[in-house]
Amino acid sequence: MIHLDEIQTIEHDVLVVGAGGAGLRAAIETSNLGLSTGVITKSLLGKAHTVMAEGGMAAALGNVDSRDNWKIHFRDTMRGGKFLNQWEMAAIHAKEAPDRVRELEDWGAVFDRTRTGLINQRNFGGHRYPRLAHVGDRTGLELIRTLQDHGIHQGMHVHMECIGIDLLQDGGKISGMLAYWRETGRFVVFRAPVVIFATGGAGKAWRVTSNSWEYSGDGYGMAARAGAELMDMEFTQFHPTGMVWPPSVRGTLVTEGVRGEGGILTNSEGVRFMFDNIPERFASETADTKEEAQLWLDGDREARRPPELLTRDVVARAIMREVKAGRGSEHGGAYLDISHRNSDFVKRKLPSMYHQFKELAEVDITAQQMEVGPTLHYYMGGIRVDAESQMTNVPGLFAAGECGTGLHGANRLGGNSLSDLIVFGARAGLGAKAYLDKLSGTPTVQQEQVHEQMRSVIDFLNREDGENPYVVVDDLQTTMEQHVGIVRDGTELEEGIEKLQKLKERAAAVKAHATSQYNPGWNTCIDLRNMILSAEATARCALQREESRGAHTRLDFEGEREEGLTFNSVVKLVDGQIEARKEMRPTPPEELAKIANASLEDLEGSRV
Amino acid sequence: MSDRTFRIWRGNQQDDGDFVEYSIDVQTGMVVLDCIHEIQKQHAPDLACRWNCKAGKCGSCSMEINGKPALSCMTRMNTFEPDETITVQPLKTFPVIRDLVSDVSWNYQQNQRIRPFAPRPRDPDGEHRMMQEDVDRVQEFRKCIECFLCQDVCHILRDRETQQNFAGPRFMVRLASLEMHPLDTDDRLQELKDESGSGLCNITRCCTEACPEHIGITDNAIIPMKERVVDRFYDPLVWLMRKLKPGNSREKTTVE
Repeated sequence: MIHLDEIQTIEHDVLVVGAGGAGLRAAIETSNLGLSTGVITKSLLGKAHTVMAEGGMAAALGNVDSRDNWKIHFRDTMRGGKFLNQWEMAAIHAKEAPDRVRELEDWGAVFDRTRTGLINQRNFGGHRYPRLAHVGDRTGLELIRTLQDHGIHQGMHVHMECIGIDLLQDGGKISGMLAYWRETGRFVVFRAPVVIFATGGAGKAWRVTSNSWEYSGDGYGMAARAGAELMDMEFTQFHPTGMVWPPSVRGTLVTEGVRGEGGILTNSEGVRFMFDNIPERFASETADTKEEAQLWLDGDREARRPPELLTRDVVARAIMREVKAGRGSEHGGAYLDISHRNSDFVKRKLPSMYHQFKELAEVDITAQQMEVGPTLHYYMGGIRVDAESQMTNVPGLFAAGECGTGLHGANRLGGNSLSDLIVFGARAGLGAKAYLDKLSGTPTVQQEQVHEQMRSVIDFLNREDGENPYVVVDDLQTTMEQHVGIVRDGTELEEGIEKLQKLKERAAAVKAHATSQYNPGWNTCIDLRNMILSAEATARCALQREESRGAHTRLDFEGEREEGLTFNSVVKLVDGQIEARKEMRPTPPEELAKIANASLEDLEGSRV
Repeated sequence: MSDRTFRIWRGNQQDDGDFVEYSIDVQTGMVVLDCIHEIQKQHAPDLACRWNCKAGKCGSCSMEINGKPALSCMTRMNTFEPDETITVQPLKTFPVIRDLVSDVSWNYQQNQRIRPFAPRPRDPDGEHRMMQEDVDRVQEFRKCIECFLCQDVCHILRDRETQQNFAGPRFMVRLASLEMHPLDTDDRLQELKDESGSGLCNITRCCTEACPEHIGITDNAIIPMKERVVDRFYDPLVWLMRKLKPGNSREKTTVE
């Protein structure tokens, strides 16, 4: 096999994998700290999944309602996460988000404004106050373009259309990564003592998803194979409102911003069913009549929020229930309606939704109802990291954004994702610097490791024959929809895990035709193993958690159980097999526990 | 639910390419990108094409469909005649990498040349204040998803000789978004005139027609930028004033 010296080699202090919000923010931090930083991205720069985020980024700026502060944001996040979040991460996030958002303005971001010229904030599910800094319904695009246009002048090197294969290690420590260029199909060795993963989730393992081809769990697969732990993998968020019709766009996201701006959900009988789905925990803060919901929309500060703005897990399950009871919309969802608001208002506040429905479904949302249903949207779980530094249990490996875990617990609040990216992206950059400052010597790249990894992917091209990888992906998606969907059950999960074992065998024997140059078939072969690993980790954690909490719903274990609050699920690869265990949760820091359990009055008055 | 024929350009930069015919069953609501994915699944797993969001938000899947530059994820099959053959090929202005994927790196080089945003200091209370009506125009420009369809249809860029002298509509929009940004303190008019070649555009509006985000590229971005350049460099009065008061040449035009 080719000698290591003959393979293209690029050296960096820090290699960031992924160029979405978290990756670019981390790279800006490390570049500014004087570290040579490379960023690899599967797609072109500026196309990462972050562009699809619509509603906004949550930060307690208090621009629209001055009663807001970090403690209430923290409390909302914990409650939304059903108290399975990592306490310190939720606190760091709530405290640092406002500065990270303001900083974007210095880098050129142009958020929608309040009447006094400040950053405007909108309401979103689970957030007590208008908290989401936004730009119409294209906030993600604004974030990524801002970071991109600022980042390229900070000294980072962006390597586009370059895909990671596996991490390289020297005695356990990170020494770099093997990757390949899509354009040529050639290999490249990155020598870097720090790798920061910002690789997103693994939603592509499901059929109905808002995720693109990039979301194949690369970070989960590569991290697990390098010995890192994954945590909370059972918590996969089904966004309540994906498009349901026509079939080719099933799953495409419909922003929560529609409900934030007053959109209502009804069933086929015209009943606003969310009023019948208010959980006890949120009853005191949720309107129970249409009249009160309307008052809230009109700006009455004493009125409680409409039930459409309950957390995503609650809304998604309610829609499922209506469909199952035979009260679904024409194509098996629910109706979402914003047409009662002024047509110009809708076009200004939700321009891309207007565009999307008009072009893809021939529906004019200023006059007609939308049809929506749950779609796999987000991984709350991911690579287990230290709250402060974002480092994993593998020395030199960091993770930030969706691929990391800890902030969101059992369910993520809308808007907490974009702020997660910038808060923990920056933190990972700082963590990388601290690690490098203490690191003695440079971990080296071992030829044998590189060869082994190269062989594992060249085999797909070289073998005489094998199955079409697209067919295996298709079967994986069917399996996940059937066995690890929005409502789960022990027997179903066990059967699903069985099927995943067979899929694993098939995935190892797939065949890519033609050459390695810009070959999506070969890409799919390589992605598939990460997708299946992520899917199995999710299924095993889901089987282990015998309760229903947040985004994880078990038919055979209804409701939250006391035991469920005592552990987080942790997954590790042991001799090539995925093993799940229960990791006991430590006692929460006293001060944070007090804030999370305090009354709103006390928090607003800063008495806690 | 009908059998449709596609002619798709296959090949790479080294070899000469050719159109290859594929037939697939097209279901209700499908867009061209769905059909390409079906062709990959059924007939050509190695057919190269870029895509991401599949909702017109990322600008990855630009290609030429029946000769017209478009986002394939937003081009519905029912916009064609029932028996029409759909011809799909990569963007013509940029070199082909393989099949439907072209090398758009030239655009990233143009962006790198533009000097970054340079904000004024924050107000004493730590805030930046901008009124909504003052940022509406800039927000229009910032809707750009960098699909590069405007670059593809621009005849200045299609001509390899003039390409090097003009940054193209996308970057005229980007420059305009900086020039009209209420917080920006830099002055990019010299750069607009010399390096970005604002004078080369002769306002045929092809870019505006191609823009899937409906940005008023020509009327709202390029023409105002051309006017500013003309006012600064070609207005005899302004020219004379500058000669007399040399320190005043970096005044910034904002939308206040």
